[in-house]
Amino acid sequence: MEHIRMPKVENVRLLDRLSSRKAALGTLYLTATHVIFVENGSEARKETWVLHSQISSIEKQATTATGCPLLIRCKNFQVIQLVIPQERDCHDVYISLIRLTRPVKYEELYCFSFNPKLDKEEREQGWKLVDLNEEYNRMGIPNNYWQISNVNRDYGVCDSYPTEVYVPKSATAHIIVGSSKFRSRRRFPALSYYCKDNNASICRSSQPLSGFSARCLEDEQMLQAIRKANPGSDFIYVVDTRPKLNAMANRAAGKGYENEDNYSNIKFQFIGIENIHVMRNSLQKMLEVCELKSPSMSDFLWGLENSGWLKHIKAIMDAGIFIAKAVAEEGVSVLVHCSDGWDRTAQVCSVASLLLDPYYRTMKGFMVLIEKDWVSFGHKFNHRYGNLDGDPKEISPVIDQFLECVWQLMEQFPCAFEFNERFLIHLQHHIYSCQFGNFLCNSQKERQELKVQERTYSLWAHLWKNRADYLNPLYRPDHSKTQGTLRPQMAPCNFLYKFWSGMYNRFEKGLHPRQSVTDYLMAVKEETQQLEEELEVLGERLANLQKSQLNGNKVKSKQQDQNKHLGLSTSSNSLANTPQEYSNDLKSFPSRSPSQGDEEDSALILTQDNLKSSDPDLSANSDQESGVEDLSCRSPSGGGCLPSEDSGKDSDEAVFLAV
Amino acid sequence: MEFAELIKTPRADNVVLHRPFYLAVEGTLCLTGHHLIFSSRRHDNAEELWLLHSNIDSIEKRFVGSLGTIVIKCKDLRIIQLDIPGMEECLNIASSIEALSTLDSVTLMYPFFYRPMFEIVEDGWRSFLPDQEFELLSSVTDEWRLSCINKDFSVCPSYPPVVIVPKSIDDEALWKVAMFRHGSRFPVLSYYHKKNGMVMMRSSQPLTGTNGRRCKEDEKLINATLRPGKRGYIIDTRSLNVAQQARAKGGGFEQEAHYPQWRRIHKCIERFNILQESLIKLVEACNDQSHNMDRWLSKLEASNWLTHIKEILTAACLAAQCIDREGASVLVHGTEGTDSTLQVTSLAQIILDPRCRTIRGFESLVVREWLQAGHPFQQRCAQSAYSNSKQKWEAPVFLLFLDCVWQILRQFPCSFEFNERFLIMLFEHAYASQFGTFLGNNENERSKLKLPQKTMSLWSWVNRSEELIKFQNPLFEANSLVIWPSVAPQSLQLWEGVFLRWNRPSKFQDEAQEEMINIIKYNKQLQAKVNALRRQIAEMGTDDRM
Repeated sequence: MEHIRMPKVENVRLLDRLSSRKAALGTLYLTATHVIFVENGSEARKETWVLHSQISSIEKQATTATGCPLLIRCKNFQVIQLVIPQERDCHDVYISLIRLTRPVKYEELYCFSFNPKLDKEEREQGWKLVDLNEEYNRMGIPNNYWQISNVNRDYGVCDSYPTEVYVPKSATAHIIVGSSKFRSRRRFPALSYYCKDNNASICRSSQPLSGFSARCLEDEQMLQAIRKANPGSDFIYVVDTRPKLNAMANRAAGKGYENEDNYSNIKFQFIGIENIHVMRNSLQKMLEVCELKSPSMSDFLWGLENSGWLKHIKAIMDAGIFIAKAVAEEGVSVLVHCSDGWDRTAQVCSVASLLLDPYYRTMKGFMVLIEKDWVSFGHKFNHRYGNLDGDPKEISPVIDQFLECVWQLMEQFPCAFEFNERFLIHLQHHIYSCQFGNFLCNSQKERQELKVQERTYSLWAHLWKNRADYLNPLYRPDHSKTQGTLRPQMAPCNFLYKFWSGMYNRFEKGLHPRQSVTDYLMAVKEETQQLEEELEVLGERLANLQKSQLNGNKVKSKQQDQNKHLGLSTSSNSLANTPQEYSNDLKSFPSRSPSQGDEEDSALILTQDNLKSSDPDLSANSDQESGVEDLSCRSPSGGGCLPSEDSGKDSDEAVFLAV
Repeated sequence: MEFAELIKTPRADNVVLHRPFYLAVEGTLCLTGHHLIFSSRRHDNAEELWLLHSNIDSIEKRFVGSLGTIVIKCKDLRIIQLDIPGMEECLNIASSIEALSTLDSVTLMYPFFYRPMFEIVEDGWRSFLPDQEFELLSSVTDEWRLSCINKDFSVCPSYPPVVIVPKSIDDEALWKVAMFRHGSRFPVLSYYHKKNGMVMMRSSQPLTGTNGRRCKEDEKLINATLRPGKRGYIIDTRSLNVAQQARAKGGGFEQEAHYPQWRRIHKCIERFNILQESLIKLVEACNDQSHNMDRWLSKLEASNWLTHIKEILTAACLAAQCIDREGASVLVHGTEGTDSTLQVTSLAQIILDPRCRTIRGFESLVVREWLQAGHPFQQRCAQSAYSNSKQKWEAPVFLLFLDCVWQILRQFPCSFEFNERFLIMLFEHAYASQFGTFLGNNENERSKLKLPQKTMSLWSWVNRSEELIKFQNPLFEANSLVIWPSVAPQSLQLWEGVFLRWNRPSKFQDEAQEEMINIIKYNKQLQAKVNALRRQIAEMGTDDRM
């Protein structure tokens, strides 16, 4: 590659963020797609792989006696500190990376070279996994009130909308087109979610071009049509997710919000979610707190509060709760918008849908939800997540916030979601990784022009294939019957918003619980399944044996046989408690306790687990010695990265003595 | 004294009860010597509430016309409200509750009147005797002895009658050491680390004073625990500054010159009113119903509760690290050696010793390191988060310890035999109980009160299989290793199970617990079935195995 000035640098040190004494010496490689650090000497070649597309910033720091430090921050919240011996090499690496991490053409992105060795048919199948028409059918649409409109075929009306849009039956093409002209970027009101139990719906759009006094008959008719599509209710809510001040400021630019006097039967409501710039700065501040070296509790809590991050998460959640309540409890339809209707609107509509419909809390349903509210309605993935070199002011963690809302809900409702935290974390990773084509570009139109589906693979198929890794063992499908709509409380003292260290300190394994309840229960469940199978096999064999014995030993009386039976079943209980018997025969069972690696068996199995781990860049490392921190283990290569006992020891000292 | 004198109005009708998670309900209120009883007799399944007077932390009364309202704030942090028609009744009831919940005499407390409704399988008062503990120790080392020097509590009033001390130190030397330590709390064995033979001792501060007094016997005692050529660590739970100030009052710390083989490390664990204020602020923040996120975080921060948790855990980890990783013996003390010292020694044992992570082992730890070690429960737990009196002795020292255990449990969810409910139960009983276990301030007082003869032990009740089952952690798999918790702020959380317990329904967390139990129960059933079948096939006398 012409951009790589320096493909390989030796004697580079990789610093540990928590303990400066724990530097690893190795070789740094730059490839067309990755930065790779390979540790010297260690038997199990420890490797750290970082995709160029994950890198958010590179900082060259002042040269010291030991070399030239290079700080790499990643979008998945990994922070890598390298020290390169020669200033010149460091500069070359820096210049190369600057270019490599800012691709200018989509074709430079990893998904166009990534090949998971699937044939064409498999790839096509993968893209078919999530089908939005099927989804609207599931909601019960088309029906008497809603229909599919082809007004936007060839993207004639709105280029950031999908070609197939669902609108009220009474909304004619004339009304839609008229309304679209009165809305920012012509994003007219369209259906996001329909509740077939009571006909209430969630629609979405951008802000109206109302200025101080402008009106649009078609737009007013459009909102009427939405109301009429819900015969049970005589008004609709119009929810503007912006702070009132922001919305008012927009009026001066000829935009703004709906005037209740002009629209019949609407109830207008502001919900103050801040804009993308505020959110970007807030995340930045929170990450600074995460990067603090041994902060005090006050430093941390004060920094967290000061960042405002959890306040913003709560604002998004509150908006979702408001809408879900309106739909489920009041049976009132809601039109949601912000400015352009592709950031806050996407967040809020998807949170509300998730609260309302248990289907979206399944793995498949969640994929559908992302596809519906984010991908199809033109969330600008490329701009927000900086896939191509662009305006840094466009970047903002919009979908990250949504994923965090989901995690906060998972913490409150541990049995309500089919998927686990890992699923969210891997999803976040791939939104930035550009390894799959799903989140390329800013709209469906662009993806179609780029022929994404013919040239890249779908993430959904990849996640679905590895779904066993992403299951929540506590998920109770019957939960959805008893708890169709999730009703979280709103006050912080009722709904405790927590700092998500699993995401923002994802690579500081030492900060996380050392034993994972999820992994433990998944191992038990897997074992249970094997036991079920074995039980069946044994049952059959017993029946066969009994038959052959009966045939062979006709001398044996039926009475004796039964006695023997009874004697056995009473002794079997004590037998169940002898572990030797169990472990000898069932060696292939997975380790029950992921952290107990002191036995050879489980250590072996753990390595296998790591190897089969679905994502090469996302190795889930397990401690080999329970409790001892595993901070050294950030190698992305699947297996073979067992932490040494000593590394854990050092970090302990650092933690306890430094305070 | 008769309780009847205090009860002016023993009964009121048409009272409305408001309590967390229940609809308001009308019924009859009765006051007895030890309980406030409310029952709604309207339906067949009458709702009843029995509240121990000793669980009441504070009450408030107000009137709207002739309708009186009493708000009762409990030591377990629950808040209930009673609407009582009739001003006189309301006033009478309020003053009765006030009097009954603040009885001076210990012997009037409910444990002296309580008669168990269950069969006593094992007398909890005899479940954890020091002799048994010493027997265990003797099986691994003969360097220690059981001293009866304190058998009539004459040497140290806050120590138990028997203590474990180095074999080479005779009782006469112990006498002298006792004179040199605050409250006569001379260094005794707290924990022996089998893995490497290192020990943890605890004591109170040495009485060095401003002129640097020394005591040869004291030096000899603690040096007796060192291996030849090895150094030890003294963990002083006070900051250096505080320890230096203590000298003016006759206290102090071990001088390097006199203890050359020991390295002293100062940690800063807060005491008494600072902790009590922290609890009051935290509970206030948790009860704030406002929807404002910023206010919540800043109030949480201002309470400093999690800071205390972090400091206590850090000191305990340090002690454990010195023992297990540095291979050094440790002496822990603060000022009196009855509060932060015990937090550190008991938490270090949970980190180091798998036995302390079992139910029985944890009970034994509470008995050894808190009750026998003379943590003044009666003083510390006299009031909880709703107290407004500024008494000096109250402090949530034990609650902080339980919170730290919960933090470790959260980080190692599979390494503990008990669950969160077990810890919450201990919190409740430490503050108000029908059992005598947490009465009194030390063994001396307990023996004078004849608690073992006159009251029931908490352990007699807990250690029955029908109770134990509620406290078992379904995920438990014995883990023989040392468990090192993280003390980074990101790893420490608010203990919702205690502090948000009455603010948010636990329904969904309970459901998760239940599901865990089901998953594991089903797995065990299948294992039993498979093993039975295997055995059966094997017994059929063929070699036709897999």
